[in-house]
Amino acid sequence: MAIFVNENTPILIQGFTGRIGTFHAQEMIDYGSNVVGGVTPGKGGTTHLGRPVFNTVKGAVQETGAQASIVFVPPPFAADAIMEAADGGIKYCVCITDGIPAQDMIRVKRYMRRYKKANRMVLTGPNCAGTISPGKAMLGIMPGHIYIPGRIGIVGRSGTLGYEAASQMKALGVGVSTSVGIGGDPINGSSFRDVLEHFENDPETDAVLMVGEIGGPQEAEAGQYVRDHMKKPVIAYIAGLSAPKGRRMGHAGAIISAFGESAPEKVEILKGCGVTIAPTPSEMGSTVAKVVSSMKKVA
Amino acid sequence: MDIHEYQAKELLSGYKVPIPRGGLAYSPEQATYRATEIGGNRWVVKAQIHSGARGKAGGIKVCSNDTELADAAEALLGKKLVTHQTGPAGKLVSRLYIEEATDIDKEIYLGFVMDRASERIMVVASAAGGMEIEEISQTQPDTIIRVVVDPAVGMQAFQAREVAYGLGVDPEIINKLVPTIMGCYRAFRDLDATMVEINPLVITKDKNLVALDAKMSFDDNALFRRPHIAELRDKSQEDPRETYASDRGLAYVGLDGDIGCVVNGAGLAMATLDMIKLAGGEPANFLDIGGGASPERVAKSFKAVLKDKKVKALLLNVFAGINRCDWVAKGVVDAVTELNIKLPVVVRLAGTNVEEGRRILNESGLTVITAETLAEAAQKAVAAAKGA
Repeated sequence: MAIFVNENTPILIQGFTGRIGTFHAQEMIDYGSNVVGGVTPGKGGTTHLGRPVFNTVKGAVQETGAQASIVFVPPPFAADAIMEAADGGIKYCVCITDGIPAQDMIRVKRYMRRYKKANRMVLTGPNCAGTISPGKAMLGIMPGHIYIPGRIGIVGRSGTLGYEAASQMKALGVGVSTSVGIGGDPINGSSFRDVLEHFENDPETDAVLMVGEIGGPQEAEAGQYVRDHMKKPVIAYIAGLSAPKGRRMGHAGAIISAFGESAPEKVEILKGCGVTIAPTPSEMGSTVAKVVSSMKKVA
Repeated sequence: MDIHEYQAKELLSGYKVPIPRGGLAYSPEQATYRATEIGGNRWVVKAQIHSGARGKAGGIKVCSNDTELADAAEALLGKKLVTHQTGPAGKLVSRLYIEEATDIDKEIYLGFVMDRASERIMVVASAAGGMEIEEISQTQPDTIIRVVVDPAVGMQAFQAREVAYGLGVDPEIINKLVPTIMGCYRAFRDLDATMVEINPLVITKDKNLVALDAKMSFDDNALFRRPHIAELRDKSQEDPRETYASDRGLAYVGLDGDIGCVVNGAGLAMATLDMIKLAGGEPANFLDIGGGASPERVAKSFKAVLKDKKVKALLLNVFAGINRCDWVAKGVVDAVTELNIKLPVVVRLAGTNVEEGRRILNESGLTVITAETLAEAAQKAVAAAKGA
């Protein structure tokens, strides 16, 4: 099963013919992802990397039956591309683009609410490394070889810190069901909580590693979800325990920031919700391995 | 990106937000000239720096004649003001804003922010404006009014009325307050702001409404479509190390220790800083080289990090995904050779083509210290900085 993508998911590349789109589309094809085509307005009717190019997402979905897409479109046009995917019938979209204006993302999130939940596209990112179900499909820009197939889910904000986690796990022989990057932007498609819910419902995932960082309310919200709704164990590392207090302007940020935005506060909240904390970034893999072996003993 | 008070006021007045009469001065002579232009018999000389809490730091002076104006300007210009928002280094005053004095009856707090929880623009207001607003938000959180704006239709007049009536102002002020709230919202939306704050928004003794102070910050990701906002950048208010790096397309954060860090990705960078601290060291800075770390980019990064003379050791931590370790290793060799770096350099590479990368480093003949894991890299960098 895995979540979001598997070896059968038909994938569309938005921003297919650009330099970055081309490079990563080829990497995904080489990994074994089922790339069925791409979209570049103005290049419809041509062929690229042996796949058809379309002018619109809607046209591409009609012709290919694509269910997932990945966005490599530059920041000024990326929000438009995501909304086109949501309207075109895509079920799962990853946006890689870094640098999308925050107000564009506010509009994207509001736009997606016009679809009933059953028809609503799931978005992860922007500004993320994408999603990979090791051995099945890669919908992202990560080095595929650092993940081995297995039964642990990974969800994280940062791309490279997620790689660090996966390679520590690989070194200990612990495999991954699916790894999902939710991206580093303040307003993103799916939160930690959203992705945890998918992992909780996935029969091929036994436990989840969550890699968070300072700032924002999403880790605290995820903690409450773990406490109230999850049966599977969750392990977390929060980056930025030693981060200095940021310089800032004005009082507004301090007035609205609730308890639970600094790294030590997040760690406290997560511990209180029954999450196992990896104390340092070099112990993410070993903490997961410990939890896995204790699960085996119970079983 | 932050801007100055006078710039924020100019922008907001274009959206019908009432502001006191004022003018900019770069010298004591200009300060007295501006005061004469404005008229009246009492003025406020305000240091223009990218920070709040200027009053407590002595950056705001009330004057009633030319001598006082000139003295205040003389004392402030060229001085570094330290507030709890600037950090210990403080910020340089090179511009003054001279404003007519206002007879204050009541002070309101009015702020607009990007709220991460609702993922929408939020209005935050309090009837208790002024310098103690943060304290009040902690001790009496229920007195803070919050209204979230639906992005599909934008802020509605009824929402502005809700805020205005919630603040409990006199009926004759309501009609002035509602357009001010709407104006701030429109400025926020139209200009891709991330923060608009008027503190205090003052009701004067003669029942007028006026924005006595104003702050605005903008979304760096949206500056490409707001060229007239991008022009307002004042590099003198930034950490010069950060300006140097950002002018070269690098993301740099200056800190206070002695280990220079070059890492790819903000999350891995934070984790690297955590490891350095755990190993007993202090990072001097960190630089995020991002995804495509070409050899030239590595060299540029090393140069930027070494601009900081406190740096005693360099740590490069790259987990190659899009980029490749052999390119990064080649960049390290080029940079160390070309820049003639004598400081200890610790390199930790992982990911794509890692063996090839390590081979290049080992065969270079340079005394680069290599590490395999994050923990090992941090320990070696801390030891190197202490030994240097």
